Amino acid sequence: MKKVKIVVIGNGMVGYKFCEKLMSKASADQFEVVVFGEEVRPAYDRVHLSEFFAGKTADDLSMAGVDWYLNQGIKLHLGDPVQQIDRSNKTIHSYKGITESYDYIVLATGSAAFVPAIPGVEKNGVFVYRTIEDLEMIRAYAPRAKKGAVIGGGLLGLEAAKAMLDLGITDTHVIEFAPRLMPRQIDEVGSKLLQGKLEALGLTILTNTNTLEIAGEEAITKMKFANDTSIDVDMLVISAGIKPRDEIAKLCGLEVGQRGGIQVNEQLETTDPFIFAIGECALYKGMIYGLIAPGYEMAEVVAANLCGGKKEFTGFDMSTKLKLIGIDVASFGDPFSPASEARVIVYEDTNKGIYKRVNISKDGKELLGGILIGDAEQYNMLLQTCKNKIVLAANPEDLILGSRGGESEGGAGVTGLPDDAMICSCESVSKGDICNAVIDGAETVDKIKSCTKAGTGCGGCVPMVKDLMVHTMKAQGKYVRNVVCEHFAYSRQEIYDLTKIDKLQTYNEVLNKHGKGDGCEICKPVVSSILASLWNGMILQKGNDVAQDSNDRFLANIQKGGTYSVVPRIPGGEITPDKLIVLGQVAKQYNLYTKITGGQRIDLFGAHVSDLPAIWKLLVDAGFETGQAYGKSLRTVKSCVGSTWCRFGLHDSVSFAIEIEERYRGLRSPHKLKSGVSGCIRECAEAQSKDFGIIATEKGWNLYVCGNGGSKPQHAHLIATDIDSATLIKYLDRFLVFYIKTADPLTRTATWLNKMEGGIEYLKNVVVNDSLGIAAELEKEMQALVDAYKCEWKEVVESPELQKRFNHFVNAPQENDPSIQFVEMRDQKKVADWK
Amino acid sequence: MSELKSTKVNWFYACETIDVPEDGGVCVKHGTDQIALFNFTRRGEWYATSNMCPHRQQMAISRGMIGSVEDEPKVACPFHKKTFSLKSGACLSGDDYQLKTYPVKIEDGKVYIDVK
Repeated sequence: MKKVKIVVIGNGMVGYKFCEKLMSKASADQFEVVVFGEEVRPAYDRVHLSEFFAGKTADDLSMAGVDWYLNQGIKLHLGDPVQQIDRSNKTIHSYKGITESYDYIVLATGSAAFVPAIPGVEKNGVFVYRTIEDLEMIRAYAPRAKKGAVIGGGLLGLEAAKAMLDLGITDTHVIEFAPRLMPRQIDEVGSKLLQGKLEALGLTILTNTNTLEIAGEEAITKMKFANDTSIDVDMLVISAGIKPRDEIAKLCGLEVGQRGGIQVNEQLETTDPFIFAIGECALYKGMIYGLIAPGYEMAEVVAANLCGGKKEFTGFDMSTKLKLIGIDVASFGDPFSPASEARVIVYEDTNKGIYKRVNISKDGKELLGGILIGDAEQYNMLLQTCKNKIVLAANPEDLILGSRGGESEGGAGVTGLPDDAMICSCESVSKGDICNAVIDGAETVDKIKSCTKAGTGCGGCVPMVKDLMVHTMKAQGKYVRNVVCEHFAYSRQEIYDLTKIDKLQTYNEVLNKHGKGDGCEICKPVVSSILASLWNGMILQKGNDVAQDSNDRFLANIQKGGTYSVVPRIPGGEITPDKLIVLGQVAKQYNLYTKITGGQRIDLFGAHVSDLPAIWKLLVDAGFETGQAYGKSLRTVKSCVGSTWCRFGLHDSVSFAIEIEERYRGLRSPHKLKSGVSGCIRECAEAQSKDFGIIATEKGWNLYVCGNGGSKPQHAHLIATDIDSATLIKYLDRFLVFYIKTADPLTRTATWLNKMEGGIEYLKNVVVNDSLGIAAELEKEMQALVDAYKCEWKEVVESPELQKRFNHFVNAPQENDPSIQFVEMRDQKKVADWK
Repeated sequence: MSELKSTKVNWFYACETIDVPEDGGVCVKHGTDQIALFNFTRRGEWYATSNMCPHRQQMAISRGMIGSVEDEPKVACPFHKKTFSLKSGACLSGDDYQLKTYPVKIEDGKVYIDVK
């Protein structure tokens, strides 16, 4: 039988998805597929394009490598757009001169950025935001720019504004023609709240603003607006909407819409039944679907029908949820139902920046749509309740407020959804599909992802997938536990308790007694950390050395290139001139790069593994100790200047910080611990962003816990006020041991608290009011750890046996790794970049 | 003749067995090559692979933690925790990388690596 030949024009996300779906449905040798793409890269994830500036590479964003097409037998022409379709002879011609015949064409040409006809758009420094190449050009130009602007206050415009912030252009304007932001997705109150949040992040928002001219010589320097105002700008990104790529369709006489887009019917056929159009180039009933999920659905319809199925595209829900610059924004169903047609329930918290609106049918039975800003956790549930027309409970306000006592939840939760409820709309996976996969043995989210594809698109449904998994497993009578890995059927807390009861001392003892198999890189560091938290023994003892994470194994932080950094402890950030001189001498002798860290210490980078013991010998002799910068353990207790020198200081924050740091130094815990002590309410030590922070008051100290900086900053909570030093240390002992005993692996105190039932009130009760009656035990355990403290590096420096492990080559111990290369930068060395 | 050549082995003396930590690894210098050698005591097995992680070309595999997934022995690169089968060198973290592997033999407490 002759193969049916399909030419796919366009290799974006939808074009790729079509190929993937076709290949998975087709029998072998059913189709011959040829793909033409205009861009030089195979299809990549455009939805997450802005992550390119947050560190993702083009590779990370790729949907599938060139190998995939090869393995599927698909001929892929990149950098070669099709320029002509000859419908009478059923052939196409490409830019590079290739001619191919076809049985069917699938147009997946997508869209281009819409650029309004403003005088001056051709100037240097004006960009669009569409492809990786656009982003590379933006990135290359950004270092020259101080003042940025984005035209467009819709989804894409705000993404582009985030990219500007990521590139360090903190003075950025967002210019929107409409009276408010995101007018198509959210209502006026929501827009206003979103605008306030964006302004708090430093963006300047200009609404009702029409750009008349982009001024400047060669490059943009100014933008002039219709209201006679102007701003100075040296870089502009235009993100004012999309324009369907229908040129080639127009050229061969297919019908296109007045404002662009290739006309299609329910089968996605154009006016030529041998040519289909899918994705953002297709116009269905006067509508362009500019989201990924409907594009995938179109790909599904065409792929299924080509394989003999009977599917139709009949429009698609435009509900959407996204994170804009860290702010949740979601809209679903009909977000704007007027009060005349619906009961509208609104919850607004201007303090926390949360706005929620749900529109309920007049009879109170059905959810019509809504908007969530600032907190979109309920999005999936609400979307499903809306789509499946689930009958609402008596108090529909519980949908957005959560149940406030009483017997029933506002919605019935995942259990209330029918089996055909669509959980993952990107990949069209229903609740039934997911539950069946779980019943068939997919008992982790990763396994569900790989066998159903749910959660592999935008990822928004993953929390629901997890809920469904847990629920299905429970329904089957399975006990769902947060187990560490395949080698231990226990949670970290359970392993901690078992190890303690049995007084186990080595990784292998724990594995032999309570686990199976040979362990792995997940459970080894967890068990090693527990052993250190329990007994505080030398972590490099025989047997335990190889179970340490690599930084702990060499008592130093591995850096790019394979060298290590050395961080001696400088308690409270206080250091004598003599010790500073020693650090300088050591750095000079071993040619180390030096930098002051965020925790008021000095980091020496670029040490060869075999030099570490000698470097530490010099440091230990000069009175330094290890700083455990490599461990999941106490890092630093940062301090301000304090009352000894500062004219505002109430107490001596430096002395107290040193006391605290020396008490908890070397304390191994589920994740790193940072602390700070401020001598007055000016809070120069930033104690409220630490795992535990202390601030001086007129009468004593205030204690804050469970804050952190990092990728998701969270302020610490105040749990005790005006307490004396001894009480504070007692509370800290309890807090820290309670955390070490109960937290999951690699969970910072802030995350631990967020997951804790009862939250901060519960924790406060345990620590301050001893509600569990374990305070004395917790204090005793901490005292034992404090008493058992030894400097790990001092032990290595004194033990030739331990030093033997610090060589690069076992058979040439005196040689360093010759592959390590350094280059010079600002009079110091740095390692050569990743290859 | 060429067949003969390809099956020829070239045992290179690496070190004494006691030089390699139990359930751990070391790096062996062989000319300009670097070989990661593992003493998988729990399984009573020895493995050798290239010391260079194919992900970011870092010389660090010998410093990685070893373990198993199901029954497949594996090593995790310390840089980004990509894992590789110690038997086949295949990447087990879902990427398209391959780690070179070498046969190992133990005689009289001495470790030899086949570097043909």
